[in-house]
Amino acid sequence: MKMYLALLRMRFLYGMQYRVAALAGLATQFAWGFMEILAFMAFYRANPANFPMEFSQTVSYIWLQQAFLALFASWGYGADIAETIISGNIAYDLARPLDLYNRWLCEMLATRFARAMLRCLPVLAVAFILPEPMRLRLPASPEQLGFFIVSLLLGTCVVTTYSVLDCLAVFYTMTRINLVFAMISDFLAGAVIPLPFFPEPIRRVVELLPFAAMQNMPLRIYSGHITGSSMYQGVALQLFWLAVLWLGGKWLLRRSLKRVITQGG
Amino acid sequence: MIQVANISKSFKVAKREAGFGRAVKALFSRQYELIQALDHLSFTIDDGEMVGYIGPNGAGKSTTIKIMCGVLTPDAGECVINGRVPWKDRLPHVREIGVVFGQRSQLWWDVPVGDSFELIRDIYGVNAKLYRSNLEQLTALLDLQELLQTPARSLSLGQRMRCEIAASLLHSPKILFLDEPTIGLDAVSKIAVRKFIKKLNSEYGTTVILTTHDMQDIEALAQRILLIGKGRILLDGSLAEMRKRFDQRKTVVIEYLGELPPLILGMELIEASEGRLVLAVDPHILPVSEVITYLASQVELLDLAVSSISAEEMVAAMYREYRI
Repeated sequence: MKMYLALLRMRFLYGMQYRVAALAGLATQFAWGFMEILAFMAFYRANPANFPMEFSQTVSYIWLQQAFLALFASWGYGADIAETIISGNIAYDLARPLDLYNRWLCEMLATRFARAMLRCLPVLAVAFILPEPMRLRLPASPEQLGFFIVSLLLGTCVVTTYSVLDCLAVFYTMTRINLVFAMISDFLAGAVIPLPFFPEPIRRVVELLPFAAMQNMPLRIYSGHITGSSMYQGVALQLFWLAVLWLGGKWLLRRSLKRVITQGG
Repeated sequence: MIQVANISKSFKVAKREAGFGRAVKALFSRQYELIQALDHLSFTIDDGEMVGYIGPNGAGKSTTIKIMCGVLTPDAGECVINGRVPWKDRLPHVREIGVVFGQRSQLWWDVPVGDSFELIRDIYGVNAKLYRSNLEQLTALLDLQELLQTPARSLSLGQRMRCEIAASLLHSPKILFLDEPTIGLDAVSKIAVRKFIKKLNSEYGTTVILTTHDMQDIEALAQRILLIGKGRILLDGSLAEMRKRFDQRKTVVIEYLGELPPLILGMELIEASEGRLVLAVDPHILPVSEVITYLASQVELLDLAVSSISAEEMVAAMYREYRI
């Protein structure tokens, strides 16, 4: 365990190094958040009856999404891992007494948390003091807040196990196909528009997919759109997909390692 | 104890000729070539041996090392190292070995070398006392004091290589695999590294397997040489034994005026440039005195030197003899 903590620490330090990137990211996240809220505001004014979430819930959803973008983004991670496969440096990683899958998971999680650490506080601070109706509100109950935190961590783990699959694809393609992975997941995870806005029959299917176990669940729990027993079901769905992706990824890595060829001599 | 028996490994390599037309064609139908990197390779290495593993480029040296390190899985054959099959019992196996891949880096690029060392310490679970004493020794012997606070990216190749070697030894491995460890080292560092490896072997009984193209490394370190070519072991013996076989040959270097003299039986051209000629001579066929007489009759000799053949030339001769 100590070795994973050490890796976590190293990655965390790495992630904290890029302050300028964090500043640039922050600017984007504010701009994006405001734009999205303004667009939804226009829809809401046109016909509030047709709006599947309350406006304040949508606002909370958007601000939290921007604050924790680094935890949920399906792009921008794993490039260094893909690089070790492409360059053949994976030889060194395999010569270490570490389970490669756990190591990757650990490093990616550390990078995500390090980036999120730098970015979430300013976004949250501003979003909490904005004038209504743009203000981010606290959740209705402490229980909701607790479940939000649990669901947030689970969601991050689900996204990360999904990114590992993206890295594994490199064994077969020798190039990153990250864009494909990111496009599918961003749309179906509710990163573009929240899942409740999807048309009825499609929504029901999409809400069962692994992508719904990523940001969809914690953000809707926080905003109070998912409460009570659906909250428990939601967390159960996250646990289910986490287990599937984890085991699937481990199995796929074991298979891939048999055909490792360590590029470049 | 390392036992390798009948290991085979082949790679599928995509091939095409250079050029735009060929590239377009390769989009639709790709040609693969099966490269037999290792072909029923077998050898045994005892504990505490220091073995030089040599062979021309592409002979399969690195592939063998990677199989012994548990990185690659062979297509067929067996390999047992200290009772374990590397690719099956990878985790317990790699805990006991150290590896340096000369052309790669195991140091984290953006942080000081010392941080990388500490991470490696934690990965192997080296206890604080052992780590401190190992680090002290390595620092003294490889002259790392100045380098530990420097980020890996700011080191020169030779400085980095010394750190890489140290990084592979922090956990006191029983077996050390060195895949071209002296690339890019200056003369002083090379000698330091060789001395260090020797000490490691004689004092701690560490088994060392070394691949290199630097024959001086081999002369300085290897008690035993394995020659590999086309995926097979061609020769297995000590440098002295190999010398006995090839030592008869002498190198004759002359500086001369006049036309390049025609070579006669027993002479082999090694190098010829304007006014300078390097020959390998087999004294069984052609005594050295006759060589000198012959050369003197052909050209005006300005300078002449006769010496035993170098390890480098001996190996080149072996490669030629085995057509590898």
